[in-house]
Formats: sequence, structure tokens, C-alpha cells
Amino acid sequence: MNRVHFNGRPYTLPAQMSVRQVLERLGMHGKRVAVERNGMVVPKARHDEVVVGDGDRLEVIVAVGGG
Amino acid sequence: MQDPLIIAGKTYASRLLVGTGKYKDFEETRDAIEASGAEIVTVAIRRTNIGQDPKEPSLLDFLPPSQFTYLPNTAGCYTAEDAIRTLRLARELLDGHSLVKLEVLGDKHTLFPDMPETLKAAEVLVKDGFDVMVYCSDDPIQAKRLEEVGCCAVMPLASIIGSGMGILNPWNLRLIIDSARVPVLVDAGVGTASDAAIAMELGCDAVLMNSAISHAQNPVLMASAMKKAVQAGREAFLAGRMPRKLYSAQPSSPTTGMIGAAGAQSTLEAA
Repeated sequence: MNRVHFNGRPYTLPAQMSVRQVLERLGMHGKRVAVERNGMVVPKARHDEVVVGDGDRLEVIVAVGGG
Repeated sequence: MQDPLIIAGKTYASRLLVGTGKYKDFEETRDAIEASGAEIVTVAIRRTNIGQDPKEPSLLDFLPPSQFTYLPNTAGCYTAEDAIRTLRLARELLDGHSLVKLEVLGDKHTLFPDMPETLKAAEVLVKDGFDVMVYCSDDPIQAKRLEEVGCCAVMPLASIIGSGMGILNPWNLRLIIDSARVPVLVDAGVGTASDAAIAMELGCDAVLMNSAISHAQNPVLMASAMKKAVQAGREAFLAGRMPRKLYSAQPSSPTTGMIGAAGAQSTLEAA
């Protein structure tokens, strides 16, 4: 099983997949988001090669209104 | 550009920086920010929601990064570590953009900054290449420490975040302004236009606000008022105010040539 933590919540992926594939699956590919895997930023240029698998902690963030 | 604001080597015409939070909707956010004339706008960094409609508009659609300088913040962070992580993600999100607003809070009720954690985060971020504008207490020693570790602007509170209580300790702000070699901005506490003008008259380089505009009855009109107040306060500061003289009242009109004064010839008698 590929159980990951997505933004602090348990989430099951059908298989190991790249960051890009995870974003596509969530409908976020091409949106302005930034990704962190296990506490480290994953640069956009590496979304294809960085693989997300069992136990990984993934954070996907956006800019929102704030002061 | 006359009398520009210079932060981290970049020049700005407006000395008003505004937040983008707590508006009714994105249209109101955009209209208020346009009325404020602000060029630098703060944004928060938050997790996306799973299941969110990908077609739903985002803040960045209404405030295009081509038109505004984004200032990502660390609002809600209570440790240096969380603040550093947040800003590294913000830099990735905004294509390598290095200008950031650091705030590390110490208390959920007052949102007062935790200065030891703030200083720790500032040191790491500056070494990591960020241009750090830092929210801080109105303590001149803390502000100086932050300047010494390389922050590009120090931003003391005027009163607590979201309180609208105005400038509670103008003398501390003056001490910070007088010794700073980087821009000083009042960040937090402004409630209405006169507060912004007072901050600028004290010699602040700029003012950052959010709630004072977004929580006004008419945010767009208040944004316009704030724009003028910041400009008026800046001009008054540059002009240099007259000295305060409690006991030496001096009229503005001539003191001679008064009718009925002793020695004056009556026109009736002469006739």
C-alpha cells in the first residue's frame, strides 16, 4: 500500500507515482502550487522525477489572502 | 520617481503596503487594493484543500504577480522552523521571489511576536538569500538585532495585530526610526487614516496594514483614505513640523494696526 500523508491527512495512492502524477490526480497540475516532500521543497523542475511512496509526507500549498 | 521607498534595492512609489485577507470576496480585495495604490501586497501560504474545484479562481487571478510585488508572510507560525519552511515553499511558489515578510508569533491571544524565534528564523533566512522584512515588537534593541543579522526592513507593531488601537507608543517607534539604517515600517495596529498619518509623521518609511481597510464599513473608500493619509504624513515629515510651544502662543495675524488701539488717531475726530 502507498499510504502517504497529504497536507497532514492520511491519503492512499494506488501506486508509487511522481509528484507530477499526484498533482494530476488531484486536479492541481498546472495550477500555481508548491510542493514539499518530507520537509524538503520539491522544485517544479523535479516534479517528474521525484517519486512519492509509502510513508511520505506531502505538503501542497497555495497563496491565499493574508496580512 | 520623487522620494521613492527603497526596499532591498528596489524602488516603490507607494509607501502603503496592504494585506489581502478578510475581504468579502476577491472583487472587493482587488478594488480596495487598487484604491490604496499599494504596489506591495502580502499573501499567506496555506495548504490546498483536496477536492477543491480546480477551476475555482484564486487570489493570484485577481492580483496578477506581474502587476504587484507579492510579500508572502508566515502568519500563524509559532516556531522559527515553521516560518522557514513556509517561506521556502513561498519562494518555490513565486518562482524564486526572495522578498518575504517574517513573523513568528508567541501568543494566540495577543499575536505578539516571539522575538528569540524571530531572530533565529531571520538569521537562517538571510543566509539562505531571502530579503527579510520582519515583524517585531516595538523594542529598539530587538529591532537593532534584526537589522544587524541582515533584515532589509524592520516592522514594529504600533499595537497588536487586528486591534485597530493605533500608535500606542510613538516614542519607542521614534527610537527605532532614529537608530535604524534600514527602512522602518509600522506593521499592525493602524485603525484609521490618522493613525497612518501619525506613523508617517514620526518618520516611518512606510506603513503595512490589512484589517484597517478590510474591516472598514466601506473598505474601498478607506483604502483611498489610507493612501492620502500616508502621503500626507510623509509630506508633513519631510516638511518638518513647527515646534510645540504650550505657553508661548503667537497669533498668525499682525499684532499692530488694530482698530481702537492706544495711539491710533480716530478717523471721526480728524474729519
